[in-house]
Amino acid sequence: MVSKQTKIVNPMGMHMRPAGMFANAMMKFDSDVNLVANGKTVNAKSIMNLIAACIKCGTEVEVQCSGPDEEAALVEAVRLIDSGLGE
Amino acid sequence: MLKGTGVCAGVGLGTALVVQTQALDWSSVQYAGAEQEKARLAAAAKSVSEALAAMAQAMTSQVGEHAAEILSGQIMMLADPFMVGQMNEQIDGGAVAEAAVDAVCGSFIAMFSAVEDELTRQRATDVADLRDRLLKTLLGREDQDLASAPAGTVIVAHDLTPSMTVGLKRENIAGIITETGGATSHSAILARALEIPAVLSVPGALEAIAPGAKIAMDGELGHVYVDPDERTVKDYEARRVAFEERRAVLKEYLGKPTVTADGRAVALYANIGRPEDAAAALEKGAEGVGLFRTEFLFMDRDAAPTEEEQLAAYRQVAAQFAGGEVIIRTLDVGGDKDVPYLGMEKEENPFLGHRAIRYCLDNPDLYLTQLRALLQAGAEKHNVRIMLPLVTGVEELRAAKALLEKAKGELAAEGKAFDPDIKVGVMIETPAAALVADLLAQEADFFSIGTNDLTQYTLAVDRGNARVAKLYTVFHPAVLRSIKSVIAAAKAAHIPVGMCGEAAADPALLPLLLAWGLDEFSVSASSILATKRSISLWSAADASFAEKEAMKLSAAESILGCLNSMKKE
Repeated sequence: MVSKQTKIVNPMGMHMRPAGMFANAMMKFDSDVNLVANGKTVNAKSIMNLIAACIKCGTEVEVQCSGPDEEAALVEAVRLIDSGLGE
Repeated sequence: MLKGTGVCAGVGLGTALVVQTQALDWSSVQYAGAEQEKARLAAAAKSVSEALAAMAQAMTSQVGEHAAEILSGQIMMLADPFMVGQMNEQIDGGAVAEAAVDAVCGSFIAMFSAVEDELTRQRATDVADLRDRLLKTLLGREDQDLASAPAGTVIVAHDLTPSMTVGLKRENIAGIITETGGATSHSAILARALEIPAVLSVPGALEAIAPGAKIAMDGELGHVYVDPDERTVKDYEARRVAFEERRAVLKEYLGKPTVTADGRAVALYANIGRPEDAAAALEKGAEGVGLFRTEFLFMDRDAAPTEEEQLAAYRQVAAQFAGGEVIIRTLDVGGDKDVPYLGMEKEENPFLGHRAIRYCLDNPDLYLTQLRALLQAGAEKHNVRIMLPLVTGVEELRAAKALLEKAKGELAAEGKAFDPDIKVGVMIETPAAALVADLLAQEADFFSIGTNDLTQYTLAVDRGNARVAKLYTVFHPAVLRSIKSVIAAAKAAHIPVGMCGEAAADPALLPLLLAWGLDEFSVSASSILATKRSISLWSAADASFAEKEAMKLSAAESILGCLNSMKKE
């Protein structure tokens, strides 16, 4: 497993649109992708779990990827979060 | 007789088409084996997803892209592999597809509802809607097809949703009755757009009205008769004809100038809530826009609109009314208009709280974005005016103007085109503003009297509270004196003064406003022709006589009685 610490920067946090966009992007990878935020681990391929986790702007998150394409998945996940999730 | 809220005037006679809220009971569904149930679930999800996509597309072309955001969100939810996985696990455990949908959606609804964050809680409604769509599809229930309703149909429903009203044929619908919804609900907006008589908020309508029952209804008074006797039918038919005739009479005022009986021209403008309303206002002959509410840009979405988005909306209306003024009110949030993502706190007393210009001045970044958009919207025709809501004194006007100067400086530095001389006016809607109208008039470019809030604040009456609503009247001498002195203050300072509250369309109040010299009347599109006609019936001498008689009296009821007795029809 590979992981990296980063921070949510888009003003709305993980709301419907950004969550949907993030989950969709993660589904392209075979690896499992999880976000650890506020002490909870969330399946990053699930828009429902991302919304339920209510991850706001400014929250520190750890991205964890494990599987055949874990390196690529991690790079893409961190890039999306750091670029503001399309907002 | 049933009673509700009349939201679209007109008389309807017809046959009830009752849209039942479907009980989605799946207790008798038999388990057909795991593979079979999973296949049913997948097929239902696919068909719901396709239906949502079609609706999103229709909504985007009708109302705009942001209106379809909830629908596209639901499509993404349906594609959630985790959620689908959980449903399939339930099925493996012996649950029918319906039970799996109910259980898994139910757990997410509970999860979303438990969160503090209001936006997340709103998503619970989306999941519940999704669950109902899936269950309906699984159970083979179909939404009633309203598009094929025969002529003379009165639609009776718990609520009208956008999906039910796609393809509705106006000429076949005699009326709309719903159990919920107010004047700003989807049902009300649709009814007014199509000019269908509508009575909303009729409690128990679905139980009281049998499918196929005869209906006589009045969309102004909010009255509904089920299986009316012969006399009532006759009465309503006569009134329906009279209403249609009146509508025809008013059509004759289309394209005519707005002048009093003795030839004084007054400005007749429209109140609009969205750029789409501009077309209807133009059709009815509005010469300008006296109140363009901007809340629509900020509501039903999850982040504030960008400068470009706002500019596009303002520019569109400014272009449509290229020959006239477009008075745009800056964001009026708070009170009863909550916008979750703005992070406004729940207040004990929202109407006396952190709303409208108070909120905007405390959030200068948000306000600057709107001011920058407004300045640029006026670049071409110089016909955009800025109106500030809920002002209580010159401080707010000065603070807003200072921000406006800052916005001008930024735009100039960026080389963007804008109207450097844009006019800034005050909406007079607090007793404080009315009392210092002479001071405000020294620094404002125009006034517009907002009678709804002015009446509520002056009389300390919440008109949404049924116990005190009867005390709410613009004919209270306190309110009338306020209006009179505001108009006088504007006249003394030689600035134009208009009225954009509902009272501007009240024929009983009209002679007073004409006698006091109101320059501009701004009313809803549906009231434009009637107001133009009323204005044409009064001369200065008649208005002045009526004003003197009415203002001699001291009680609201007697003032209204006096004015009604002199009303010109």
